[in-house]
Amino acid sequence: MKSLVVALVGQPNVGKSMLINAISDARLKVGNFSGVTVEKTEVSFEFQGVAIRIVDLPGTYSLNDYTQDERVTKNFLENEEYDIIVNVVDATNLERNLFLTTQLLSLDKKMIVALNMMDEAKKEGVCIDEKQLGNILGVPCVKVSAATKRGIGKLLNRIVDMVHFKYEGSKLTFSEPVEEEIEKIVNFLKEKRYKGDENYRTLALKLLEEDKKTYKKLHDEPIWIELLPIIREALNHLYIHYDTKDLSEIFALERAAFAKGAVMETVRFEKKDVKNFTEKIDSILLHKFWGIPIFLLFMWTLFQLTFEIGSIPMEWIDTFFVLLSDYIKVVFGDGALGSLLADGIIGGVGSVISFLPNIMILFLGIALLETTGYMSRVAFLLDGFFHKFGLHGKSFIPLVTGFGCSVPAYMAARTLKNDKDRLITLFIIGFMSCGAKLPVYVLFAGAFFGQENAGNVLFAIYIFGAILGLFSAKILKVVVFRGKDEPFVMEMPKYRLPSFKLIWHTVFTKSIMYLKKAGTFILGASVIIWFSVNYPKQPKLEEEYASRIETMQDEAQKSKLLNELNQKKLEYSYLGEVGKITQPFFTPLGFDWKLSVSLVSGLAAKEIVVSTLGILYALGENVDEQDRSLIKNIKNNIEFPVAVSFILFIMIYLPCFAASIVFAKEAGSYKYLVYLFVFTTLVAWIVSFVGLHVARYLT
Amino acid sequence: MRLVDLKEGQEALVVRIDADEDLKRRFASLGLRRGSQIVIKAFSLNKSTIEIKIGSTLLALRKEEADKIQVKVMEKI
Repeated sequence: MKSLVVALVGQPNVGKSMLINAISDARLKVGNFSGVTVEKTEVSFEFQGVAIRIVDLPGTYSLNDYTQDERVTKNFLENEEYDIIVNVVDATNLERNLFLTTQLLSLDKKMIVALNMMDEAKKEGVCIDEKQLGNILGVPCVKVSAATKRGIGKLLNRIVDMVHFKYEGSKLTFSEPVEEEIEKIVNFLKEKRYKGDENYRTLALKLLEEDKKTYKKLHDEPIWIELLPIIREALNHLYIHYDTKDLSEIFALERAAFAKGAVMETVRFEKKDVKNFTEKIDSILLHKFWGIPIFLLFMWTLFQLTFEIGSIPMEWIDTFFVLLSDYIKVVFGDGALGSLLADGIIGGVGSVISFLPNIMILFLGIALLETTGYMSRVAFLLDGFFHKFGLHGKSFIPLVTGFGCSVPAYMAARTLKNDKDRLITLFIIGFMSCGAKLPVYVLFAGAFFGQENAGNVLFAIYIFGAILGLFSAKILKVVVFRGKDEPFVMEMPKYRLPSFKLIWHTVFTKSIMYLKKAGTFILGASVIIWFSVNYPKQPKLEEEYASRIETMQDEAQKSKLLNELNQKKLEYSYLGEVGKITQPFFTPLGFDWKLSVSLVSGLAAKEIVVSTLGILYALGENVDEQDRSLIKNIKNNIEFPVAVSFILFIMIYLPCFAASIVFAKEAGSYKYLVYLFVFTTLVAWIVSFVGLHVARYLT
Repeated sequence: MRLVDLKEGQEALVVRIDADEDLKRRFASLGLRRGSQIVIKAFSLNKSTIEIKIGSTLLALRKEEADKIQVKVMEKI
């Protein structure tokens, strides 16, 4: 079977990911801000007997390697093997999009231009003559709409067709002064019958654009001596004509002029100036004084909903698991197996699953923020503020993503150009509490603040984490990562109503991932923790207590002794030993060995903190027989100041194992992971310590 | 005059950009270059960030960048 590699290239926000979804029903995330596709993603499928592999490259405004993800795209296009480029352009913003197209044309590869978002263009009264545009560019143009799935089949047909034809070269032309100089160089090369890999026109153009590689290559050839004066003269002509010696500016103007000309010849605007929907909304959301309060209101609402709505199904799930574990104990008895299943597995996994509703609402909120285009607005609003703390407005995007999960957040930081800005952002992403920390917060907020305040507390925790992050950024900027600021230049995408399907899809995938983690990783961890809580067995201790209990007549005293036994057993278990080893470190923060252990196990994943607590408190003392929910147990066993200190520690210390690995990768070295570990642990310890004493003082 | 000196809603023509090559290219790929027509859409507090419109593109700039862009106000006809 024939195979075909397609490179999908386009500017950010042109609906590339959505198009690839429409083409292949692939499960890619789609977002409406720069940097959703941070790594190239691939989709393979079969079409008309041809195996097609589409490589979706990160969105790039040009091939100038300005940011790291733009470099990914440029490197791929210049160095990797592929058969054809599909350049996706936003039909409603053609002129600017064609700027990239002109650069792609210079690559001398087979290419198709996909005019995406035709449905929107039609609504806005934009009519495009795609045949004429194809003639001007020298490559076929196909109208498509990823949203309504129109034109997809046609696009695929063209892709397959193109393979059979020889590439004829682009028709990219420049203004007369440039063309003249190109011709002079081409003529000279013809006369000399120069033999090279590229055609003369491309070579001439690269020389005029001062392409370093081309110069290096030609520099070693005999023709160089004669070529040099011709180039020098050509450049001088251009300098005079353009009144600048900045070649990149000259060619930027040239390409822009070409794009403008192409648009003028092929696009008609049927409707007159309709007051733009996006601008109307911007006048409210970007309001000088109301903009930031509106944003805070949105965030507050999100956290309120997360708790209020999430707590309803959470209770059902909780009740279900309590009943289930009771039932299992009836079936399998109170022995080791029954305890493993009921206390270990159900206790651990169940407590994590019960937070699924909260997680879903949080991810829904973040998905909405990402896909509507509001995220860039917030970056605009907050840049002035962020800048004071040594951060970049764009840092906002990875930071908000960090509320969902740190892993994509670390990757999203690639949109920052400056390495120091990027490192600072990477270092403080952990302060934005991720979804996995949410269960811990919900648990403690619910236990200590009651239903009516829990949402506010949740909001306060997140905000406090964010503020702490800002101050840490400032400290890092002043002490460690001193340097020049990165310019803030950012496109504000159009507001788009995300399709319900897309949002649902994002939330659904995230939920499945969460459940999968609960069913595998957390399940395994729960078994390990259950085991290390129950072993080694203490037959001596049990005998001693059994005989003491028998002598007691009073029921109350009997149960008191039983509790004492349980506590002693826990203390001498494997986990108890681990707790004791780490305890000296945690004692000043008020944590007993149970909390210490859960923090240590939380290094693997934050959900495990809850499952560990679930197991420890299901087996431990003071278990209220009427209501064995974890919330009650937490409330009865932990004093308020300690809870505050615990929340603070959770908030700040190292994110999970997976995130740590990604962090090291994105930061570029494992030494940064060591720094991160020391930095976060230190801050966490200090803040918790202060928190504990402030809370003690206040209560 | 500089882009920062414009008022909300004013239209202007870019006459010169005094930025380094990197930033200039970035501007160009977003449609901001010598000869571009721009409209000021919004300022954030203290003018620390500025939203401008070029063609159908909305662009956010920081004050420091807007300082580097020289413009000429276009008279409304």
